[in-house]
Amino acid sequence: MAAHRCSYLAWLVFIFSLSGILVADGQETTLSGDHLVSAVENPQTDAETEKRAAEEPAVEERRWEATRAADAAEENQEFPASVATVLSSTPQLKDDFQEELVIRPLHSGDIYASFHFRTLWETDFMKGNKVSHYRLFPKSLGQVISKFSVRELHISFTQGYWRTMQWGQPYLPSPPGAELWVWFQDTVTDVDATWKELTNVLSGIFCASLNFIDSTNTVQPSASFKPLGIANVTDHRFLRYATLPREIVCTENLTPWKKLLPCGSKAGLAVLLKSEKLFHSSFHSQAVHIRPMCQDSQCKTPSWELRQTLNVVFDLHTSGQGKQEWSLFKMFSRTLTEACPLASSSKIYIDITDNPQEEQFELIPATPLLRQAVVLGDRRTFSVYDLTQQVTFGTVRSLNLLIRWKSTEGHMLRPLLHAERYVAGYGLQTGEIHTLMYNNHPFRSFSVLLLDSVPWYLRLYIHTLTVTSKGKDNKPSYIHYQPSKDRIRPHLLEMLVQLPPHSVTEVTVQFERALLKWTEYTPDPNHGFYVGSSVISALVPSTVAMDTNNTQERTLFSSFFPCKEESSYFVRVYTEPLLVNLPTPDFSMPYNVICLTCTVVAVGYGSLYNLLTRSFQVEEPNPGLAKRIANIIRKMRGVPPL
Amino acid sequence: MATAEVERRRGQLAALSIAAVVIVVGVPLWWRTTETYRAWLPVSQIRELAKLQLQLSADVEVVLARGTVTPEQQKKVPLTQTREEEHAVDEDTTLRYKYETRYRTATVMEEDALNKPTAAEADLSLHTLSESPCGSLVLYVIPQSYPLLPENVSVYVGQRRTALLRVGAQAGVGRTLEQLLAHLEPHIKQALRVMSFSHTDITAALSDRVRFNPGSKESVADSMRAFKSSPGYEITFSLLNPDPKSHQLRWDIEGGVQTYIQPLLTKLSSLANFSIDSQTLYYAVLGVNPRFDNSRGAYTLNADSLAHVINPVEARLGSNAASSNPVLNFLLYVPDAHHSPLYIQDHRKQEVPSNAFHSPRWGGIMVYNVDSFYGPEAAFPVDININMAKVMGVFLAQLRLLLGVPSSPPPPGFLVAPRGSAGIADWELDRLMWSRSVENIATATTTITSLAQLLDQIGNIVINDNIAEQVSSAVNSLQLAVAELEAGNLKFALEFSKEAILASEKAFFDPSLLHLLYFPDDQKFAIYIPLFLPMCVPILLSLLKIASEARQRRRERQTKKD
Repeated sequence: MAAHRCSYLAWLVFIFSLSGILVADGQETTLSGDHLVSAVENPQTDAETEKRAAEEPAVEERRWEATRAADAAEENQEFPASVATVLSSTPQLKDDFQEELVIRPLHSGDIYASFHFRTLWETDFMKGNKVSHYRLFPKSLGQVISKFSVRELHISFTQGYWRTMQWGQPYLPSPPGAELWVWFQDTVTDVDATWKELTNVLSGIFCASLNFIDSTNTVQPSASFKPLGIANVTDHRFLRYATLPREIVCTENLTPWKKLLPCGSKAGLAVLLKSEKLFHSSFHSQAVHIRPMCQDSQCKTPSWELRQTLNVVFDLHTSGQGKQEWSLFKMFSRTLTEACPLASSSKIYIDITDNPQEEQFELIPATPLLRQAVVLGDRRTFSVYDLTQQVTFGTVRSLNLLIRWKSTEGHMLRPLLHAERYVAGYGLQTGEIHTLMYNNHPFRSFSVLLLDSVPWYLRLYIHTLTVTSKGKDNKPSYIHYQPSKDRIRPHLLEMLVQLPPHSVTEVTVQFERALLKWTEYTPDPNHGFYVGSSVISALVPSTVAMDTNNTQERTLFSSFFPCKEESSYFVRVYTEPLLVNLPTPDFSMPYNVICLTCTVVAVGYGSLYNLLTRSFQVEEPNPGLAKRIANIIRKMRGVPPL
Repeated sequence: MATAEVERRRGQLAALSIAAVVIVVGVPLWWRTTETYRAWLPVSQIRELAKLQLQLSADVEVVLARGTVTPEQQKKVPLTQTREEEHAVDEDTTLRYKYETRYRTATVMEEDALNKPTAAEADLSLHTLSESPCGSLVLYVIPQSYPLLPENVSVYVGQRRTALLRVGAQAGVGRTLEQLLAHLEPHIKQALRVMSFSHTDITAALSDRVRFNPGSKESVADSMRAFKSSPGYEITFSLLNPDPKSHQLRWDIEGGVQTYIQPLLTKLSSLANFSIDSQTLYYAVLGVNPRFDNSRGAYTLNADSLAHVINPVEARLGSNAASSNPVLNFLLYVPDAHHSPLYIQDHRKQEVPSNAFHSPRWGGIMVYNVDSFYGPEAAFPVDININMAKVMGVFLAQLRLLLGVPSSPPPPGFLVAPRGSAGIADWELDRLMWSRSVENIATATTTITSLAQLLDQIGNIVINDNIAEQVSSAVNSLQLAVAELEAGNLKFALEFSKEAILASEKAFFDPSLLHLLYFPDDQKFAIYIPLFLPMCVPILLSLLKIASEARQRRRERQTKKD
């Protein structure tokens, strides 16, 4: 014990001398500095005694400890005071990690699971600060934010299409394929060059082919996609939005996404993320959102928030085998054994709003904790399982939630905003894009902002744009249209449309298909060319009062979109992507051209040359046919001809 | 018959004129429209540079203190001697070392400084007197009587570019100046080998070009340890915590880096740009399971399994997403509660005192045992503060080795001064700069030479103007660097060599070089033959016919004459 205390004191002296050196000027060769670096140079002198290629000893360190400990005996009375000051001088990285899983049984029998992981870090990436020391926040994303002066970054990878009419609204919407939108800080001088570098670096980090994002599929929306974090100035020159509808999501994208989590996939809710079950689903979407946030209302210290979300909908018939009985093991082939030790909160929420008396389904094991949250304009009740409490895991030390259905009736609240899109027309020359927006509210009307980004090879005729609701013409109050330039940028159409209550609004525009150069076709041109989803953003009137106080106690899944008013909530709906056939040429044409040209040249030139250079002679007229045959016979017989 | 003759003559003229048009107008037009743009490259200068003939010069000043020379000898001093050594490394590379030695006597102020009681103080006061430029050395020769150096030490190497050399007692006053200088010569040579460039260092720097014949196993390990020269380096410190449930670790990495690592990197800033990062990785386990050693009561990792430790961790370390500089990784591993304490054993089954090892050209790992901080009844997780002084000391030593600071032990009789707050002495920095300059020059020369050869051999690569510009600027910088090395201006030589490397790499890896690289010949013929063959065959045939007719007519005329 005494020896333990003595070595403990020695380490305290180390720390004390460390603080002493911090105070002194680093460049001075003070005595303590000399002692310190003698420990460093001694490896040089001791190298001949310890000739090992593998390790680098520092023998002198230990000896110095012993001598210093001898000196320490005289300074005993100073230590208690210095201990307190020295230990508190170690700066703490103020970061916080929370994880949540929300499970919502859907009326079609499918089950919707949504994972939310949030890291909140009190630091400032803006104003040229060099952030170098990371703890819970992943270093790769921090370096990307610093190098490319990013203010907000939102990237999502989705496989499948969200069926709003059957499943309701998702907590975090995402279009099929890959979507990336970024707000840059106003210190960036060349936004396009930075955008190009950023997409290439992100495609390396997420193992996705985001390097196909270039100027032909990037747009600069002027009204949609406002910043979701702190924003002083919104100059839309610093916003870029791009979508790749053709991108496929697979295990290769899930693995680097999981690597960004502090606990990895070893502890906490992330152990459930096994790719063989996650991709065996109707809908799978993973996203990363980075934005600066305010901690309190005065906003004195900015903090940066990293949210990783994963939404998955398991199909009743493929994953559930037709039986309406879901468990964590059936969905994810894993059960939970512990919470992530680095998480300050780790909870599972099950949506039991439609099940107040347990007449529809029952939850096993039962939990006494309940929580109410206002999410998507509705007040929902959730059963809460707190993984940081040992009692949640029970005697078997593992949590396998079971949801057993008792009856299959029940109705779903119709979603208030819903959209569809399709291509009409015939042939390969012209066509028409129809976008239908449904407002299912019985008596309230609201405005929606429609963003359409159409590639340049579908040449839109904006004079044929019509917006009709209930058969009558509906003039949008704001239209922003940026025409395309061939091979440089796509069409951008943004409109603010007022949707009357309980109606369908149809937006139609005619287009003409372009003929591309033969090297611009993909290897499978008859598959078609994708047109990205339309984005419809709206403030939808809510049935209950929304909570506008952005404090910490809100659940993660209800606090993503900032709430400014009490009577409405923000909704973003994505339509289907379109698959359009372009007129495809015959790819054997170059060979045909070569053959034709060469034949024409050979025949034409040859005959012309002949005419020019042949010398003409007089010749006897041709004898008749009979005489010719007779001559041939005579020749054969050896008799002179006629 | 005359009309037939006229007709034939007309036909021949038509054929000849068509052939003339094709040859005079068609062939140059086709040639000009199908050639690739190739900007001019200074091929002759590149070939000259390929025969690398480097000359390294060092200025040495030998100051003779009072008591080493007699007053009559003092009159002959100051004098200058030049010594040249030539080594032909292989048929393309020759190295010449030039040492310009200047002898002079000590000034009054220097004598005062040399009268200090200890060598360290003398060193300090000598520094305040004069600043020697980069690459040069000052040797102070002191007589036996001075009490500066302890008994068994004959040379004291200072922190800057000075050394104190004690002349032996045999060099009595009766010797002539030449004998004295001849006696000093081997000591000066030895001092130069320690403090300035040595043949082994330089040939090791040229190891890309030249087959390196290692002297011993240690020199093989030494030559492979340091990172290759690069314009920038990333240094990443990672704290690996495989057991966050038991240990909650705190480390003041910012303070540690600021105090211990930053002074060294500031001093090395003329060599490369450094950028430092740190991160904490949880649930990061080593690749090997340590075995419990009953005799020591601890878990051990033996030297053979160390090679397998790094692999699973490296996948999680990540490199800088935003830069392409090589990364030096320093890992601090705190073993989990069930495998504590963990010690590293060397080949002789002895425990390594620093509990750390480094991997050449990769980085270093240190194992930090925390089991002594808490007892068995502690409430998990335990808060632990890591002692940065101990950790940073080990990492600093590993960093010096990985950056190539020469670490061979000094010869017997030499005492090397402690390094100072920056952790590196000026003469060590000079040695590093010599080898880096030579390495940069060799690499840039190889790159440029191979690029020139490639462009020469493959005729249809397009050489744009910007590539030609980069190549010219690289050749220019190389020539300047070689000239500066000859003159002995080490700093400028290093600058120019860095510029040369950047320009040569930019030219070599330019993506526009690949545009017409894979143009198959059979496709070219498949297009030309159906087009040109039907055109050229009739022309050729008619030319042949004209030639044979002319020959026949000449023969007829010959016979007619006879």
